[in-house]
Amino acid sequence: MSIETENPGLLHSEPDEFGHFGPYGGTYVSETLIHALDELKEAYGRWRRDDEFMQRLDSDLAHYVGRPSPIYFAQRLTELAGGARIILKREDLNHTGAHKINNTVGQGLLAHYMGKSRIIAETGAGQHGVASATVAARLDKSCVVYMGEVDIHRQAINVFRMRLLGAEVRSVSSGSKTLKDALNEAMRDWVTNIDDTFYIIGTVAGPHPYPVMVRDFNAVVGREARRQMLAQCETLPDVLVACVGGGSNAMGLFHPFLGDAGVKMIGVEAAGRGLATGQHAASLCAGRPGVLHGCRTYLMDDDAGQIEHTHSVSAGLDYPGVGPEHAWLKDSGRAEYVSITDDEALQAFHNLTRLEGILPALESSHAVAYGMKLAADMSADQTVLINLSGRGDKDVQTVAELENISL
Amino acid sequence: MSNRIDCRFEALSAAGRQALVPFITSGYPDPGWTVAIMHALVEAGADVLELGVPFSDPMADGPVIQAASERAISLGVTLGGVLEAVKEFRRQDGITPVVLMGYLNPIERYGHQSFAQDAAASGVDGVLLVDCPPEEMSGLREHLDESGIYPICLVAPTTTPQRMDAIAEHARGYIYYVSFKGITGANRLDEAALVAPLNEIRSHFGLPVAVGFGIKDSESAAAVAGLADGVVIGSALIEHVEKAASKQEACELAAGFLAPIRHAMDNKA
Repeated sequence: MSIETENPGLLHSEPDEFGHFGPYGGTYVSETLIHALDELKEAYGRWRRDDEFMQRLDSDLAHYVGRPSPIYFAQRLTELAGGARIILKREDLNHTGAHKINNTVGQGLLAHYMGKSRIIAETGAGQHGVASATVAARLDKSCVVYMGEVDIHRQAINVFRMRLLGAEVRSVSSGSKTLKDALNEAMRDWVTNIDDTFYIIGTVAGPHPYPVMVRDFNAVVGREARRQMLAQCETLPDVLVACVGGGSNAMGLFHPFLGDAGVKMIGVEAAGRGLATGQHAASLCAGRPGVLHGCRTYLMDDDAGQIEHTHSVSAGLDYPGVGPEHAWLKDSGRAEYVSITDDEALQAFHNLTRLEGILPALESSHAVAYGMKLAADMSADQTVLINLSGRGDKDVQTVAELENISL
Repeated sequence: MSNRIDCRFEALSAAGRQALVPFITSGYPDPGWTVAIMHALVEAGADVLELGVPFSDPMADGPVIQAASERAISLGVTLGGVLEAVKEFRRQDGITPVVLMGYLNPIERYGHQSFAQDAAASGVDGVLLVDCPPEEMSGLREHLDESGIYPICLVAPTTTPQRMDAIAEHARGYIYYVSFKGITGANRLDEAALVAPLNEIRSHFGLPVAVGFGIKDSESAAAVAGLADGVVIGSALIEHVEKAASKQEACELAAGFLAPIRHAMDNKA
């Protein structure tokens, strides 16, 4: 099977040759990187159509990642919400605990086929860093993960996991010391070590071809969910709900459904302490178009064009930009973007844990919170499919600290 | 209207000299000192001034320019403030070309047309946008052309010959050759390795070529001046002025750093 899949709806959202989704996307990088991106574009274009590569990818996804991940009817959560049926796509059950591994297995394999000996990655919550370190270990490649100083503190368990896997975690202390700064630093590493290094970007942002490539590798989520819904529920969901930081889990879920006009798509951003406080990370809901990290997209900046510091209880959503295809889907009206505060996400974290025995990542808790709100206003014969993008073990310490519990 | 950049390179070429192009981050170490430092650099032998517009996320810059940018932003420096500084500089100096160097987003926020008009009115001659290759410049380009501002293009060691031809259609003023794969200020310059790429570049561009990244002293500047049409020095200069306690001291440090380099370039073997 080729990665382009069965659904003709995919063609609704393909960028032009330079990676533009309407006015968004593109290749806003320094000249030194252009050749590396061209090389990557060419390699990806070639291997994604190669049977051996795709068979190896499919095999890794099945036997190493543990795909397909199930969809699960959350009956008690549905009862609490009191409306539409809530179904969870269980990406939390993947190896390493989140959807991030779908992409790193794909890009790792691509790095291997391209003959690159060194892998670098940026990480916010640490999930992408762990997923990158994991494939690097398996493919016997050296691995450096850039992580903001602030995130290193709040995701200490993931930092240790990466080190156990043999990766070097480099602390980034410039700027806001979070994900955006880790991305800057990874770009600087890449530009310096361009000959032997493959940069695994963890989200659907960055310069072309990353937004397309990361989306394609994560689209397995939506392809499975679509098949599973048809097989198990004999209908497509009425609404898809997924959290959006950079937006990779959401784009992976949404994309195979783009041609299904009856399926609504809702991306949930981090409202942090509330949009009105300015302390949030909701670039689509409260930002405006600009240029950051290699692409034109919605972002959060001040009147002078300086990128603003963001806030979210979840490190994985704490990013001032968003994937350009989301910007395009927003403007076109095909997807809708909303936001959920820290407090609402924490409430959902507890609800899902207590009612279903599933401990969600704080990122995914944003999707759960909005999915429940939405379900409450829908009828019992309707279905909301929420992407449970990751598990919450990594967040236990954060939650304890927020609730003044010492472990 | 002729651009000051062309005039300057023509004059240098006629005199058999190479351009000395210092880079400073506007507003660093203090926003009130920038114009004075610019004049001091010209007096010490600068031919073209590259003025950094601070940006919060300078992906292509090393720690020195990152820190200078962060500091300048924390002191309230904006693109508008940078244009004001150029305007003030022009009151005393109508001939030294000034090139703004930075990233795209501050210009996005300012507005393409307003930026081009205000920059021209302030006396800016060229704009070098690190994260905006020619392919992505179309919207802004039209306004720069209307205002007579040159887009200065980068060429890197990874730039292919075919791509040089494409860049040649866009480039004006001079070519900024990034001397190695890396970020600003890294210590990796190998002058001997410049010969082949500079020959390649000359076969694609009819413009003078300035070399930047990794040039930090008289020795490296003189060596590069023997090969290229211009020498850009940024991080080393910024490090040199960062300890200044006053405007006067900053000017003295800047001039004291640049003058020997000028001398070495003009008296190279």
